[in-house]
Amino acid sequence: MVDIATFVTTSTVAAIIGISLGVALPAIAMGMAISRALDALARQPEAESAIMRTLFIGLAMIESLAIYVLVIVLIVLFRNPLMEYLVQ
Amino acid sequence: MQSSALDISIFFEFAGIHITNTVATTWGIMLFLGLCAWVANWALQTPSDSRAKQISQTAANPTPTTRPPQTTLQTVIEAIVTTIQSAISSVAPQHVKELTPFIGTLWLFILCANLVGLIPGLHSPTRDFSATAALAILVFLSVHWFGVRILGWKAYLKHYLSPSPLLLPFNLISEVSRTIALSVRLFGNMMSLEMTALLILMVAGFLAPVPILMLHIIEALVQAYIFGILALVYIAGGIQSHQLKQDKDMKPEQPESVQQTQPNNASQQAKSTHKITQSSSE
Repeated sequence: MVDIATFVTTSTVAAIIGISLGVALPAIAMGMAISRALDALARQPEAESAIMRTLFIGLAMIESLAIYVLVIVLIVLFRNPLMEYLVQ
Repeated sequence: MQSSALDISIFFEFAGIHITNTVATTWGIMLFLGLCAWVANWALQTPSDSRAKQISQTAANPTPTTRPPQTTLQTVIEAIVTTIQSAISSVAPQHVKELTPFIGTLWLFILCANLVGLIPGLHSPTRDFSATAALAILVFLSVHWFGVRILGWKAYLKHYLSPSPLLLPFNLISEVSRTIALSVRLFGNMMSLEMTALLILMVAGFLAPVPILMLHIIEALVQAYIFGILALVYIAGGIQSHQLKQDKDMKPEQPESVQQTQPNNASQQAKSTHKITQSSSE
């Protein structure tokens, strides 16, 4: 039986590692998307509206990955469903 | 901290039904938007009206008369509506008239709902997952509604088999997953913004979260835009996939096809971004 201190420490460390990875990787992806969009914008300024719209949609898609990580981490930190097996 | 950021407090109880803070705030926003629309409609003047009035006035006395009142309000309203219409026409040029009421309402409502969180004592309703899930379900249903209404049952259902019948399960999964993603995105953004402001308030003290609240304004605008434009793209994807195929068969080398292509999942969107960069490098 794992005691509650170990459980809390482990879940906190896991949440911090999870959120740092989950923010860093989408940040790289967003940077690539933005740099490509700026390349396209510099070559074809007249296609600005289409590029910006597609960029925003793509950024929203990438961003939602980071948001998923945030939601999972918040659940792990505040509403961990495994907690009730420990506290009986 | 946790209770005020994550929990939804109950505003009042009426006949055994718990009315949460979210619902009460939503009603307030609905009342506000409805009043705005009513006032704007009351002050509205069509061009023919004002021209006829001006002509009759100039006929009565030849000196040029002053402008009619409420012109400023009407200009503001017209600017908002024109912006919404031009944004919709850049995605779905043939269906601006059908889509403007729904998409415009989504934009205005989510914008107000996101910004309400800045008023002290109020929380934005979009920080509650039930509210964003309800909005996403509305978008999910309206995709089918507009698709069936404009294309008809047969053509609409055929678009699930569109590239090849093998992709039918993936199309169905993307229908569900994008709806969940739509709701979780808005919820996560607004909730995390409020939590960040609260955390900084706890750690740093009074007036410290002001920069974060400025970020809140930008984020509220961007998230409202993204929610609306994604709903628009999903609806247009349901409507246009059929017409796009016809257009492509007629004109294979159409440069506008990049603009009109409305992808309906993430991988296709990545592909279309790629397409834009490719076409620019050629």
